[in-house]
Amino acid sequence: MTRNAKLMQGNEACTIGALAAGLEFYAGYPITPSTEIAELCAEELPKVGGKFIQMEDEIGSIAACIGASLAGKKAMTATSGPGFSLMQECLGYASLTEVPLVIIDVQRMGPSTGMPTSPAQADLMQARWGTHGDHPVIVLAPGNVKECFELTFKAFDIAETYRVPVIVLTDEIIGHMREKVILPDPAGLKPLRRAAPASPAGYKPYAADPDGGVPLMAPFGEGYRWHVTGLFHDESGRPSGKSEVADKLMRRLARKVEKAAPLIEEHFEESLEDAEIVVVSFGSSAMSSLSAVRRARREGVKAGMLRLKTMWPFPDELVARAASRARRVIVPEMNLGQLALEVERAGCGGAPVTRLGKVNGELFRPEEVYASIMEAVK
Amino acid sequence: MSSTLSYFRQENLPHIWCPGCGHGTVTGSLIRAIQRLDLDKNKVCIVSGIGCSSRAVGYLDFDTLHTAHGRALAFATGIKLARPELKVIVMTGDGDCTAIGGNHFIHAARRNIDITTIVMNNNIYGMTSGQYSPMTPKGMYGTTAPYGNLERSFDLCELAKAAGATYVARATSYHVPLLIDLIEAALQNKGFSMVEAIVQCPTYFGRKNKVGGPVEMLNWIKDGVVNVKAAASLPPEKVAGKKLIGELHNAPASEYTADYDELIAKVQRTYEGFQGGLYGCASNSD
Repeated sequence: MTRNAKLMQGNEACTIGALAAGLEFYAGYPITPSTEIAELCAEELPKVGGKFIQMEDEIGSIAACIGASLAGKKAMTATSGPGFSLMQECLGYASLTEVPLVIIDVQRMGPSTGMPTSPAQADLMQARWGTHGDHPVIVLAPGNVKECFELTFKAFDIAETYRVPVIVLTDEIIGHMREKVILPDPAGLKPLRRAAPASPAGYKPYAADPDGGVPLMAPFGEGYRWHVTGLFHDESGRPSGKSEVADKLMRRLARKVEKAAPLIEEHFEESLEDAEIVVVSFGSSAMSSLSAVRRARREGVKAGMLRLKTMWPFPDELVARAASRARRVIVPEMNLGQLALEVERAGCGGAPVTRLGKVNGELFRPEEVYASIMEAVK
Repeated sequence: MSSTLSYFRQENLPHIWCPGCGHGTVTGSLIRAIQRLDLDKNKVCIVSGIGCSSRAVGYLDFDTLHTAHGRALAFATGIKLARPELKVIVMTGDGDCTAIGGNHFIHAARRNIDITTIVMNNNIYGMTSGQYSPMTPKGMYGTTAPYGNLERSFDLCELAKAAGATYVARATSYHVPLLIDLIEAALQNKGFSMVEAIVQCPTYFGRKNKVGGPVEMLNWIKDGVVNVKAAASLPPEKVAGKKLIGELHNAPASEYTADYDELIAKVQRTYEGFQGGLYGCASNSD
């Protein structure tokens, strides 16, 4: 039974994943290479009673999504580097005010306008640290078209469960590559929805267990009459300048994502058991890397592959474990060493790390990663 | 009708505004207009940006959203589109609305989305203590215009009208009954409405420009405006250099979220019973 088998590109799979998760609202601004997501949402959302709006810029896009989410809808936007930069302030707003939201960043070459139609993976750190102030972030990175569907669907579940903005970090290759995908039966999917309070009586919008609890979320327009502010706020949502209120809120937000981390972590690994050369990568770079690892294995080299799907919170223990028996860790990525920095940090005195960065707007060829592996075993 | 005070979150008072500030007058006027229309508190959502005026929403007992600087209308657009049945109101200031939020302002007006925007124009950035704004008249002073402001200011009502707003009016914190009437009319317009409320900022604008305290400022504001109805019969020299107050534009047009609901109904009729599409692909079976 291949009833739902389709040839589709990553951007399309992200959109279908969002719709399967119950997407009701999309606000966005045209930007290469993410635009297909907006176009498909514009076409599909009205069919299911949802709304699409093309805003005047990316700041307005994320702001409208936050508004729609507060009104009880599942909301998403998609963009690429320059637009993602513009969204950063409101990303912090969603984080502090705990508004569920999904943002897809189809990475392209930067900085600035860069090479708009070329792939890159250089928003990894921006996704983590782009907005000002300490804030926890959840970032998922699909490695193929099917995972675009799966991880976008999952991003909504995470956003709704933990009341957080979730970033799906793809790249131009993943977004535009076409693969055959067999989609799951939609009837078998059970997308999650945020926990709502039972009644407005005594509702405290930010009351939760200080140890990473998630407060109940009421939709606007249902009689709860609550206040949302980007100022630090107490359990009632009231602005507060008190140091103890700020400290309690910041620690709860951080702890919330810290506790979620082991529950949401996903990765792909192959031949790591006895690997002396461990290749750690993500997104489209990992496709070339896996091919190189398999070739090296065939030639008797003890190479192994770790492909991260949960980029943030960074899976420190997983990486440390994978690298524990390695003589060399190689990190192919389309930037000058953003993932490598984290691998080095997590590796904590383990194997030396080769920063195999590529910044010419081209995808890694398997030979390049293979050459790095063979260099390491010399 | 509920008491005026019942529309406030009294536990959040006192407010943060300076003595003699005009923002309370405008907030009170909005509440009186809501009260007169007897709007359901549970179906009103008030959104604001950043600045002195935007702090008003924290004191009001509705679903309220204090957003990022300049972005109130973009957040409000999301809320209104998600739940068109809500009465969505934006409270903003001259810096918030016309500088950092200018783009969202003209596009919300262009769409004619049913949002009532109250712009509290005190001609200055008050929260950051007195810098000139796009509404500071040329030649007036601010902490960042120590030698006088060289920039021309907006006529915000003309801007709103040109951008497509279907209801535009102006009043002041001196002309309170008029202000309440205009906000009431704006709330009843099905489309994008903008009421500019000229208010005094004695702490920064009044002091920096040697206009005086709250009373002197209110008189200064009064002397700077003329009612649009009276202006029609006054000689031009009596109107020159003054801002018009009253209802300046009222041109109903089809509203964005209503049009959107029609579009959804049409699309759904077209695709009723349609098999396949983006998710399933019946032609590809087995």
